[in-house]
Amino acid sequence: MNTQHHRLSQGGLIDRGQPLTFRFNGRKLQGYAGDTLASALIANGIHLVGRSFKYHRPRGIFSAGAEEPNALVQLETGARTEPNIRATQIELYDGLVATSQHCWPSVGTDLGAINNLLSRLLPAGFYYKTFMWPPSWWMKYEHWIRKMAGLGISPRKPDPDFYEHRHAHCDVLVAGGGPAGLGAALAAARAGARVILADEGFQPGGSLLHETAIIDNLPATDWLARTLAELSALPEVLILRRSTVCAYFDHNYLTVAETVSPAAAGMPRQRLWKIRARRVVLATGAIERPLVFADNDRPGIMLASAARIYVNRYGVRPGHRAVIFCNNDSAYLAALDLHRCGTHVAAIVDPRPFAGEEIAAQTRAAGIRMIHGHAVVRARGSRHIGAVEIMRCENGLATGPVERVDCDLLCVSGGWSPVVHLFSQSKGRLHYDENLTAFVPAVSAQAEQSAGAARGVYGLAHCISDGYAAGSRAAASCGLNPPAALARLTVHQPAVGSILPLWKVEAEHTRRAKSFIDLQNDVTTADVALAAREGYVSVEHLKRYTTLGMGTDQGKISNINGLAILADINAAQIPEVGTTTFRPPYTPVTLGTLAGTEIGAHFDPLRTSAIHAWHEQAGARFMNAGLWKRPRLYPLAGETEMQTINRETLAVRRTVGLVDVSTLGKIDIKGRDACTFLERVYINRWRNLAVGKTRYGVMLREDGMVFDDGTTTRIGDEHFLMTTTTANAVRVMSTLEYWLQVHWRELDVRLTSVTEQWAAMALAGPGSRQVLAAVASADVGDAALPYMAYLETDIAGCPARVFRISFSGELAYEINVPADCGAAVWTALLAAGQASGITPYGTEAMAVLRIEKGHVAGMELDGRTTADDLGLGKMLAADKDCIGKRSLTRPGLAAADRRQLVGLVAVDGRSPIPRGAQLVAGNNHRPAGPIMGHVTSTCYSPTLERPVALALLSGGRGRYGERLRALSPLAGANVEVEVTHHVFYDPEGKRLRG
Amino acid sequence: MMLIHCPHCGARDVTEFTYGGAGAARPADPAAADDPQWADYVYMRDNPRGLHDELWQHSAGCRRWIAVRRNTLTHDVIATARPGELPPR
Repeated sequence: MNTQHHRLSQGGLIDRGQPLTFRFNGRKLQGYAGDTLASALIANGIHLVGRSFKYHRPRGIFSAGAEEPNALVQLETGARTEPNIRATQIELYDGLVATSQHCWPSVGTDLGAINNLLSRLLPAGFYYKTFMWPPSWWMKYEHWIRKMAGLGISPRKPDPDFYEHRHAHCDVLVAGGGPAGLGAALAAARAGARVILADEGFQPGGSLLHETAIIDNLPATDWLARTLAELSALPEVLILRRSTVCAYFDHNYLTVAETVSPAAAGMPRQRLWKIRARRVVLATGAIERPLVFADNDRPGIMLASAARIYVNRYGVRPGHRAVIFCNNDSAYLAALDLHRCGTHVAAIVDPRPFAGEEIAAQTRAAGIRMIHGHAVVRARGSRHIGAVEIMRCENGLATGPVERVDCDLLCVSGGWSPVVHLFSQSKGRLHYDENLTAFVPAVSAQAEQSAGAARGVYGLAHCISDGYAAGSRAAASCGLNPPAALARLTVHQPAVGSILPLWKVEAEHTRRAKSFIDLQNDVTTADVALAAREGYVSVEHLKRYTTLGMGTDQGKISNINGLAILADINAAQIPEVGTTTFRPPYTPVTLGTLAGTEIGAHFDPLRTSAIHAWHEQAGARFMNAGLWKRPRLYPLAGETEMQTINRETLAVRRTVGLVDVSTLGKIDIKGRDACTFLERVYINRWRNLAVGKTRYGVMLREDGMVFDDGTTTRIGDEHFLMTTTTANAVRVMSTLEYWLQVHWRELDVRLTSVTEQWAAMALAGPGSRQVLAAVASADVGDAALPYMAYLETDIAGCPARVFRISFSGELAYEINVPADCGAAVWTALLAAGQASGITPYGTEAMAVLRIEKGHVAGMELDGRTTADDLGLGKMLAADKDCIGKRSLTRPGLAAADRRQLVGLVAVDGRSPIPRGAQLVAGNNHRPAGPIMGHVTSTCYSPTLERPVALALLSGGRGRYGERLRALSPLAGANVEVEVTHHVFYDPEGKRLRG
Repeated sequence: MMLIHCPHCGARDVTEFTYGGAGAARPADPAAADDPQWADYVYMRDNPRGLHDELWQHSAGCRRWIAVRRNTLTHDVIATARPGELPPR
């Protein structure tokens, strides 16, 4: 059954041979291929599609394009549902399901509409003013305000589709496939340029798709087809359909969101193009502005250009009895088109004393009544417009008797605004053109140019040739010979000229009615006036206070009216008021498109050690360390995490443990001046380090604060291996390169990051030597490999570097093997240690071991601590310079009250000391300031059988034995602690030398 | 997204580079510098609106530190060179 009672019997670019069935609010309806959802709804006589954001007023289809403020629908259901999609841009397909948003129980009967009656209680800034007090209640308010606010519903299920990104380069990118864009693409392509033409529509052509003009004796649509055919035949031209140039970034880098069609398995749903263009032509056209008068939001009111599009392109009749209200000539074309399709045009209401000669003659010939010097002051009707009230009008003030004209369609036009969004994003400067009453591009900031209506050039012939000229210039600036000049176009189209600024219409009897500026966010003239009265005179403040232009349409049709009205209130000129900032994207882009394939496991690169598979098999729980996955612990069945950590820690203290430390940064340093380089980088001495020896080093930033620490080994006379902390590996490498390449270019030193070339593991515990000896080919006894020595040997047939260093405080060896050998050597060590109960341990136990031993780590190296603060001051070599040394003489870095590294133990022997706790005086009931320090690292020490912590405490080294409170309001803890030396375990270091 | 011409590799996206600040000449003998001179070197940097000579590292490329003359207002990259080798303004 054909439901399309408002479909014209002929005309339009729809395929009447291809009917499509769809559902809107549960109703089964029919449209044709080539329809948008909006045109199909109008064909079915449906105008009421949604309720407004704040007042829940009935709203209809207002435009026919990207600027649509009202006709936003919830598209599809379930995992594929999408909120706030413009019905005017949805390409109709068979089986489409859409529903109205923001209404309950239905769009026809919406209980939220009570807000309209309460509107006096909901002025601009209502939420800011009402929900301020008491401050702590905001959390409560926010919960239900969020429930009330918003339009559509976001999907709650994982997205079943995938998205992709594509990079492209071109000579000329043309944004917009209307007359100017086609002209530009044609010129650039004829010159041999590599051209990408992106158009947001499913049919490129822009206004050519609905113009009735004749170009070179061809209907506009035939001229369009001919031009597209020529472009498509050129190998260097890429035409992107359904592709919105959504953002313009630095250095001619633009992104284009493409909807892939037809949807098919194995194909992405959308594609984000990232295009670097040598030149850009912005042919983005212009958007018609509405007029502001009482109740100007009723369904059945639409832009005059939209009415033309629905009649000419889609072959639907948006109304049977129309009134046109305009301040310029272009809307007269709508009257003529409507008249031609059989709609009765009751009147054209125009505040100007007369219209352009040619268009007026045509209108008169069609017998259409023209009411000059008048304005529509109010629309009547609620769910649909039923009539308009017309009064004499001068400078926006309506006076005299009211004439009522019945209608079911009101077409409005307040002039045109060039789409300068991309131009503004490119940082170009706008200029306000009084004659056009519009902002137009003035000064370019990047290698781009605007063409056609996007720069205020109107009329088909002008737009095509303006585009052609822009395309020629673009090709020329790419070093190509410009194409042959465009043959003179003969276009039959009436001239449309003058415009009379008209920003709002006021009449005494409509004072209390609402005149909407921003239809999507329900911002009225009264809201703007209130904001101005309250001092929000900057347009950026006005925007945020009233939410003007802050909807998903970003105020495409409302911004100019809003700022003109603000200028009027402040008795300022429009250019003084200026525009708000245009921000990407031009139209909303779904997050999936921006994320592309970088989701789930691909969100971040993943770094795993060569031994990772073993850790997984052993049931390790992992932590993220930057991009690395590191085993935290290896729980046995039935263990709590605490039990695991204690077991792993005690295994190292009592027998032997094995930990993967592959993530430590490793930098290979070679060259004649390698040693000199280290002398300058580290605070301590390196000249006297013998080959085959290892030393702990500390490096500073130039401001004197500790930057990083680690061991460096002299592998050969001019060959060192430096290790860094996991967190700083990248930064240290980059910094060392900086010093060598920028400041010390005379040094002969080469740096290579070898972090990933070597798998590294630490074998620690009293039994470690025995385990190592069982697998190493070389003698690893204390004489051959004493504390802080290094040797090369074979382990399980793999070449290995063995360093006798200890982070745990036990006899320990760090073993580096080529990454490929990592897993083999790891398992060989475990096998060799099986009899002695070797225990793999993770970062948790490693942290406990180092806290017990008082070693500093990232929590202590917080960028505010000097070497002396950390008890490492004695390392500083007196007779040489190094990075940061000069800063240490600043008085502030030698002050007695600096926070120094200390240990803390819980006095009661059992209360955990919370991380980040502040150290204060006082007692259990009343802690007392000032804050004297803070806890940096904390753990339960299974060795000492009590909680311990490291802390930074003002003048700490002079306060051993003092009792303080560790206070953490976050953890709800107030623990009595005693200050101790920071080395809790084996302070003489007997065990690691054992 | 800025395009930076690495003197060693050619024009590359800014995502391949790491910003390194304005840089400053280190006093030849830090011990001889007085506190104001040293503080000037360590802490004080101009933040001009317009031309700015700065250091970048081609960290995801050749790993060379390079000098970049950039307009902080427009993000135009006017010149690039090895450190210390930008032409005089």
